[in-house]
Amino acid sequence: MSGKLTPSEDNNPISKVLIIGAGIAGMQAALDIANAGYPVLLVDKLPSIGGHMAQLSETFPTLDCAQCIMTPRTVDVGHHEKIELLTYSEVESIAGEIGDFRAIVRRNPAYVNWDVCTGCGVCTEKCPKRVISTQFEVGMGRRKAIYTLSPQAVPNKPVIDRQNCLWFQMGRCRVCEKFCPTGAINFEQQAYTVEERVGAVIVATGYDLYPLVNMGEYGGGEVPDVIDGLAFERLLSSSGPTAGKVRRPSDGKEPKEVVFVQCAGSRDPELHMPYCSKICCMYTAKHAMLYKHRVHDGQAYVFYIDIRSAGKRYEEFVQRAMEEDDTLYLRGKVSKIFRDGDKTIVWGTDTLTGQNVEIAADLVVLATAMVPRPEGKLIAQMLDLPIDEQDWTLPLDDNIHPVETLRAGIFLAGAASGPKDIPETVAQASGAAGKILSLFARWEGERMTQELAETSLQPDRLAHA
Amino acid sequence: MKVPYFPGCTLNTTAKGFDNAVRASAAALGVELVELPEWNCCGATFPLLADNAMDLLGPADVLYKASLEGERLATACTTCYNVMRRANYALKEDGEILEKVNYFLEHDSDYEGSVEVLDVVQILRDDVGWEGVRQAVTKPLNELRVAAYYGCMVVRPPDEVAYDDPDNPTTLDDLIEALGGQPVDWPHKTECCGAYLAVKSPQATQEMSYAVLSSATRNGAELVVANCPLCQFNLDKQQQTMAQRHAGYRPIPVLYYAQLLGLALGLDGSNYDLDKTIIAARPLLERVGLL
Repeated sequence: MSGKLTPSEDNNPISKVLIIGAGIAGMQAALDIANAGYPVLLVDKLPSIGGHMAQLSETFPTLDCAQCIMTPRTVDVGHHEKIELLTYSEVESIAGEIGDFRAIVRRNPAYVNWDVCTGCGVCTEKCPKRVISTQFEVGMGRRKAIYTLSPQAVPNKPVIDRQNCLWFQMGRCRVCEKFCPTGAINFEQQAYTVEERVGAVIVATGYDLYPLVNMGEYGGGEVPDVIDGLAFERLLSSSGPTAGKVRRPSDGKEPKEVVFVQCAGSRDPELHMPYCSKICCMYTAKHAMLYKHRVHDGQAYVFYIDIRSAGKRYEEFVQRAMEEDDTLYLRGKVSKIFRDGDKTIVWGTDTLTGQNVEIAADLVVLATAMVPRPEGKLIAQMLDLPIDEQDWTLPLDDNIHPVETLRAGIFLAGAASGPKDIPETVAQASGAAGKILSLFARWEGERMTQELAETSLQPDRLAHA
Repeated sequence: MKVPYFPGCTLNTTAKGFDNAVRASAAALGVELVELPEWNCCGATFPLLADNAMDLLGPADVLYKASLEGERLATACTTCYNVMRRANYALKEDGEILEKVNYFLEHDSDYEGSVEVLDVVQILRDDVGWEGVRQAVTKPLNELRVAAYYGCMVVRPPDEVAYDDPDNPTTLDDLIEALGGQPVDWPHKTECCGAYLAVKSPQATQEMSYAVLSSATRNGAELVVANCPLCQFNLDKQQQTMAQRHAGYRPIPVLYYAQLLGLALGLDGSNYDLDKTIIAARPLLERVGLL
């Protein structure tokens, strides 16, 4: 990790970084590096930045509104003169070594000319095709065929979902084009690739949640009122599909009995993931509290194995959920969840009293395991980085090199390397950025030394400065 | 095709009707189940013993005898299936145990773990196929709503015995559909009927069977089919006193899948013991046109 010039390189190392993933990790690292004056290429697969944090309602342990603390970052990233933001884009290949990586990035067609689009939103308003938003709203709400992910999207430019667009599928409509005041709609757009050369790479591809379909014992994704944590965040979010009112998916009624199941798919070496997903004890306590803040006469139950609230003020946070909001914490696993009439039956146990418990719930929220995104594995393969049995990208070691990888110049930040919360993610992002800034500073120093040597101004003295 | 067959003690005696139905319907579908010339009890108490080799002697002996007849061994009794699958798994996992068991058995040759134990239902699914079954049906079930009850034995422990999804198996549901019936979607497909608890605590068994049966009726079933003699016994017998403990309880007949299959194939069911159940099935079967 010395960052020396490669022997065969006659060009200078490039003091520019490619950051793959524009969630909170990617954005933080981008800002740290850009604010130091170096150029950043920030790529994200989605139309706008913010990753999963953009879907959250409030964050633990402060219950800060996620958008309120994140939008300063997203706006800064969107405006920063040193950050080139390529959203709706994917990295196709990366060759090269530290100092000179060559990345090919594919720009997917939005079918909207973003240079001309003003983000007025008329197209979305007029579009007649509604579809369930499986990605951003996690199935809890709908969007149009031409859409932005959220009201605070950066860039605030829409994309057309080709699979659901009436023009692409049936040759009809084109209403968005008719109403667009700047003529930004362009159905002929094609994907194209750009080649970029950078000196360092940060992999910040983030996480996904373990799919409900894999948990047959919990309904296998077929029971409408069994949802995961991100879906519940959307129900809680004031800019979400229910404007922050907690409504159950099956019939829209306000649930009065909500069961939260921790470790759904985690700590389960027999059937699912063997590891602990770290954030669920905290966000479940958060969910129980936020639920009670909205539904005063509701009852929340939490089935848990342990409470892992290891962080500053984390334990106090969980105690609040138990004491201030009357959440009933039951120490035991849930064995089965199924539909019965309009209720969802939860069979669990309370090991502290030795009793089995059956709850006829209105809504069940599963704290599902965090898993690495499939794109993370693709990027790891592209970069020849090792991954573990559950496809998490491996850092150089688990002890004192959490953000470095075994390849010089390639760093990790955030959930790409394993489950973690926002504070740890941001710390890692700044850590990776720091390592890269250190490289760039050294390269600059070496460049200066070389230039001075070429103009023969006491090279030896300067080389050892 | 011929497949070596292990009836087991129960299908040889109290559940002979099930055995007759299995053999006859398999034969009608082109599968001749050839009983092993010599066999003994499968073990049955496998999960109850702590000694890690003794309990394997019974099933290992059966497996050895089966290995002389072929590479597969079919059985219809789900406990026999469960025990022999798990015994086979244990023997194949641990070379030392296999050696010890072979030493004890003192046969002319050693059992090497060559036999694959199969449930007859697996053979229907994989060798005959549901389309083959559908085409052989002469008396369709007329959309009769049937709850397929799998019990525990064919799904747990999943790594060792399951030939279907352990949380939501569908093999018997597919069979019912092939026979022209309507399989019911219900949550107690794999919940225990009470099993051996019937001996020690009949009340516990009654409550467990009640939970299963009431779930079936609540989800619209007119008939329950089982694959296990103990399940069929519990679910049937417990209904005798169920109305006393649960006011307004409506009985529902419980049959073996093979009995239904045989009748749907147009076979003569007179030796299937159809009239030996506590809750009479004949009225339903006549209504649907199977009898």
